[in-house]
Amino acid sequence: MSKEYPGNPLNSKDFKKALKTKYVPTAEYAWSAGHAINRFLTGLKEGRILGIKCRSCERILVPPRAFCEECFISVDEWVELKDTGTVNTFAISYLDTMANRIKKPLLPAVIEIDGAGGNGFLHMLGEVDPKKIKIGMKVKAVWKPAKDRKGDITDIKYFKPARGGV
Amino acid sequence: MEKVAIIGVGFTGARPDSPELSYKELMYEAAVKAYEDSNVDPRKEIGSFIGASEDFWDGVSIFDEYLPDQIGGALRPVCSICNEGLHALATGVMHIRAGIADIVAVEAHSKVSDVVNPEGIMHFALDPILDRTLDYNAHVMAGLEMNRYLHEACVTKEECAEVVVKNRANALLNPYAPYGAKLCIDDVLDSTPTYEPLSELDTSNLVDGACVIVLASEKVARNKRAPVWINGVGWCNDTPNVGLRDWGYPRYVRLAAEQAYADAGITNPYDEIDIAEVDDSYSYKELQHLEALRLVDTGEAAGFLCEGAFDINGELPVNASGGSLGMGNLLDTNGLVKTFEAVEQLRGMAGQRQVKEAESALVQSWRGVPTTSGAVMILGNEPSGGD
Ligand SMILES: [Zn+2]
Repeated sequence: MSKEYPGNPLNSKDFKKALKTKYVPTAEYAWSAGHAINRFLTGLKEGRILGIKCRSCERILVPPRAFCEECFISVDEWVELKDTGTVNTFAISYLDTMANRIKKPLLPAVIEIDGAGGNGFLHMLGEVDPKKIKIGMKVKAVWKPAKDRKGDITDIKYFKPARGGV
Repeated sequence: MEKVAIIGVGFTGARPDSPELSYKELMYEAAVKAYEDSNVDPRKEIGSFIGASEDFWDGVSIFDEYLPDQIGGALRPVCSICNEGLHALATGVMHIRAGIADIVAVEAHSKVSDVVNPEGIMHFALDPILDRTLDYNAHVMAGLEMNRYLHEACVTKEECAEVVVKNRANALLNPYAPYGAKLCIDDVLDSTPTYEPLSELDTSNLVDGACVIVLASEKVARNKRAPVWINGVGWCNDTPNVGLRDWGYPRYVRLAAEQAYADAGITNPYDEIDIAEVDDSYSYKELQHLEALRLVDTGEAAGFLCEGAFDINGELPVNASGGSLGMGNLLDTNGLVKTFEAVEQLRGMAGQRQVKEAESALVQSWRGVPTTSGAVMILGNEPSGGD
């Protein structure tokens, strides 16, 4: 068909001849965690999961925050929670951060921390066969050794199935 | 057309750093103050929440995701607009005039202390193929503009230095402003040259802070303490093309002002405006903006300044707050901070820097280098304007 038209078809080499300008932005940040998350991270360093209770709606917020978004009041009643919880939802990720295919899948999961009334945070699962993960599964935190903890969400290595199972 | 009033304001004050607070905690503080001031329950009464934000300054793409909680907007109508605070206020005015909401909260914040290299973010705003490749610091754009303005309007560096002296002195009277100082012209002229003709003290410093303004329809505002009426808004952008823009004269500010004046029914701004809070993120900008706003004729701002007309007790007090030179530069929050000051002045609550008999105010913002993006708002203790 193309023979009916004058000129030459384009190929991928031709596109590379088009001029492009490359640039890598200098965008560096150092976020202040704020006083609520600061205390949460300090707790992790000590091997503890801290939450905060709203005196109005009585929800336990974990990770803690300085205010309750529902009641719009400051919150300051700190509570120490267990390092066990329940899988609220999970996914099995066969691609990494930059969407490269990986052999051993990542196991992101949202964990409802025990005692927090269904609230919790995103983390990951470990020591588990991906095929056996279930919503509602009981899990327990596996901590880094104390000397390796830095006050970081990764001070918990992952959550593994709790003894006793579902 | 529906009249719109400001019924409450909240400002954290400006600080060069705020390491103990997250940006969310900073915003929460401003929001609590604004809702207290307006006697509004954000969880029940506010029909629209609007935030002015720029992803690259916030360090998060799709920032509106992180906006609701700390301003009371979770599970409520929320939007962010990627622009200056005054544009967000104009959007709030539209929501009320359109009948979408009776009460609107407008938020902006700067947590620039979280940005390790602000120069990198500013550089990223330059045209990627032409201007950025030449590899200048973005402040160069202000140096270029200042030089052309000085040339066209026959203004001197000494006169620009007078702006710095005035605004830094005003800031001494403002507890929200961290850069209060008693300077003389030589302090400014002798400060380190940066992007000649700009010197170090001609340029405002980047600071942290958050501001929330609560707007309401006339029906709601009539039952509130000391409403301040938004009688006119206008906004405008010139071409971003550095070869085509007018370097000496900010045409976009002129056009934004004309839109706002028409909205407010103002024909003679100098006589009808009592106080002005205009962009002074660089010293020359205050003079250039006053001329483009038609508050004085072109080339006359410096003369008025040197005669003291823009002092707190002058004919037309300009940046009684201390402006960005005295307050610091809060990026896209500058317009709301200037609005906060105008409201304090019109309510007679500006303390030591209170201007006598202030009944109407003009607020103007600029989005900073390299932009030609500006907005203007007219405020008054009484509603006015065309319909
Ligand atoms: Zn609550």
